[in-house]
Amino acid sequence: MSDTAVANMPAVTNEQSLTLLRNMLLQRAVDSRGFQLNRQGKIAIAMGSEGHEAAQAGTGLAFERGQDLLYPYYRNTGILLACGFPLADLFRSQFARVTDRTGGRSIINHVTAKGLGIASISSIIAAQCAHAVGAAYKLKYLKETGRAVFCQHGEGATSEGEWHEAMNFAAIHRLPVVFVCENNRWAISTPQSKQMVNQDVAAKAGGYGMRGEIVDGFDPIAVYQTVREARDRAANGGGPTLVEAQCYRFLSHTTDDDDRTYRSREEVETQRKLDPVPRFERRLVEAGVINEAALAALRAEVSATVNATTDAIEAEPLPPAAGLYGNVYEGPDDPWA
Amino acid sequence: MAVAAPTQTMNNVEAVRATLYEALKADPRTIVLGEDVGARGNVFLITKGFIEEFGPERIVDTPLAEASIVGIAVGMAMEGLRPIAEIQFADFIYPAFNQIVGEAAKTRYRSNGDYTCPLVIRTPYGGGVRGALSHSVSIEALFYHVPGLKIVAPSFPADIKGLLTSAIEDPDPVLFLEHKRTYRLVKGEVPTGRYTIPIGKADVKRAGDQLTVVSYGLYVHQALDAAARLEGDGMSIEVIDLRSIRPMDKGTILESIRKTRKLLIVHEDNKFGGIGAEIAAMVAEEAFFDLDAPIRRLCGPDVPAMGYAAPLEEEFMISTEQMAETMRELVRF
Repeated sequence: MSDTAVANMPAVTNEQSLTLLRNMLLQRAVDSRGFQLNRQGKIAIAMGSEGHEAAQAGTGLAFERGQDLLYPYYRNTGILLACGFPLADLFRSQFARVTDRTGGRSIINHVTAKGLGIASISSIIAAQCAHAVGAAYKLKYLKETGRAVFCQHGEGATSEGEWHEAMNFAAIHRLPVVFVCENNRWAISTPQSKQMVNQDVAAKAGGYGMRGEIVDGFDPIAVYQTVREARDRAANGGGPTLVEAQCYRFLSHTTDDDDRTYRSREEVETQRKLDPVPRFERRLVEAGVINEAALAALRAEVSATVNATTDAIEAEPLPPAAGLYGNVYEGPDDPWA
Repeated sequence: MAVAAPTQTMNNVEAVRATLYEALKADPRTIVLGEDVGARGNVFLITKGFIEEFGPERIVDTPLAEASIVGIAVGMAMEGLRPIAEIQFADFIYPAFNQIVGEAAKTRYRSNGDYTCPLVIRTPYGGGVRGALSHSVSIEALFYHVPGLKIVAPSFPADIKGLLTSAIEDPDPVLFLEHKRTYRLVKGEVPTGRYTIPIGKADVKRAGDQLTVVSYGLYVHQALDAAARLEGDGMSIEVIDLRSIRPMDKGTILESIRKTRKLLIVHEDNKFGGIGAEIAAMVAEEAFFDLDAPIRRLCGPDVPAMGYAAPLEEEFMISTEQMAETMRELVRF
């Protein structure tokens, strides 16, 4: 682990490394399955997070279950799973089954799990950043030290006014929140260069008087260490941090997008050579954390789990049409009293 | 010996202030946040002295950033606090439109009840104060189309107290509109102690049997003046104060129309697509054969806003004389 070890960073046990690896494999399997299901006409849309596995596994491992609050964004399959969101419920979201936690209302990966501290989100970019800061205000106001809020977003979100407003307010009040930017370089078809002049998103933190950190988003251990350190600082009154996990979006934005129309295959292939999943597998094998046989067994277990879950959830019913109604208010939907 | 419930004379500013104060006293989860709500005590002095009594953690002077005033309040509400966000003037609410319409109003729905958003957004609206384009608008029609939101616009001090208390205790987001022209103009008796008035319940402020006038905000007061003048001419006019815009009290409106058989809707907001359009459509659907005259609407003209120069503002606002004249026409129809 020495290639990314940083002084005073939290240590990573072998068990945690294996947790990271399994989460990355699971995330990739779930995302691949989503694309397959869409091509089979079984789900209306899929949005993959290939290239984000290390950033999300590392961030998710830093999340303290039962304590921390997650305000995710839409490309967060891996973080959701790493924070304890059930795999079956992720497929219920993809298949929009009656058993989905939103009753089939929200589009895929827009989940909700208040009991797990995982917030309901819309697709409106950076809207959740203001909510995350409000949640962090609550933790500080009620003196719930030891708890922190994770605010997830991409680099495109940093162009939104609400991101700026959230960063500013969090810094003013030294709130227990970590802004984790998964910088995958592309906001649908818009490259970072058209999103901002800054080379590094983390540089923006200085404008708010906030600490900014850059981390290799292809290295799950480095991400874990950086985010965990920021999380612990936030949870103990040290104020917010912006962590930029630099990664890459290997796939199109969603199954409704075609990235061949706006970026070169050479760029994608160059990034693919840095694919964090096989890279982390090799690293753990070379470090003796896992052997080839155990790795093969782990891959098989993940694949079998995803297959079995896919089959089980596909068999569940769709929500009834009446599911459109209710939960507009606590009382009746009717605008006429 | 019967003892009348104790009351206190207040204007509308004092009613808002007293209600916020009692809410802050009653529930430590209550947080007031907005621009200049702290040391300045709000630009109308509604929260004057609150920061000294409740502290800067509960009376939060926010940066000048309306989208996040609401957005942060949404997050607070999702996690169990009871935020009361203030938008300094309704004209400034536009940057927060997404957080109100896209987020607050949809939190319960999109999570199927997992998360809720018990949030109050207070804002002063309306003209007659020489506020011109950016300190006079009515915003209710922009929001009343939105399922998931409640909108309340009382204009009597006792109604303000009862409805603001209900709004603060409501489990869903409430946009609470305060007509700023009425702030110090309107005074009335307000019962002491905590009480609520249900959201969605209109109030017949004056009973009559020849014409129903439905209004809210400043114009309720003018409509009452107009109706009082016409009483001398033998005209009997019923004036309904909607108080709540969404949900809206259908029963009180229909019951009145079935008695008077004529309807006039009066509001300051622009006519096209305004609250009156929905009321007229509802009455046409449900009580068409009870009507003895076409429904009339007296509303703000369809220009972007009232101008600064006095004649431009006066042209936008509806005078009590205009109201009386239209009422007279309808009664005689």
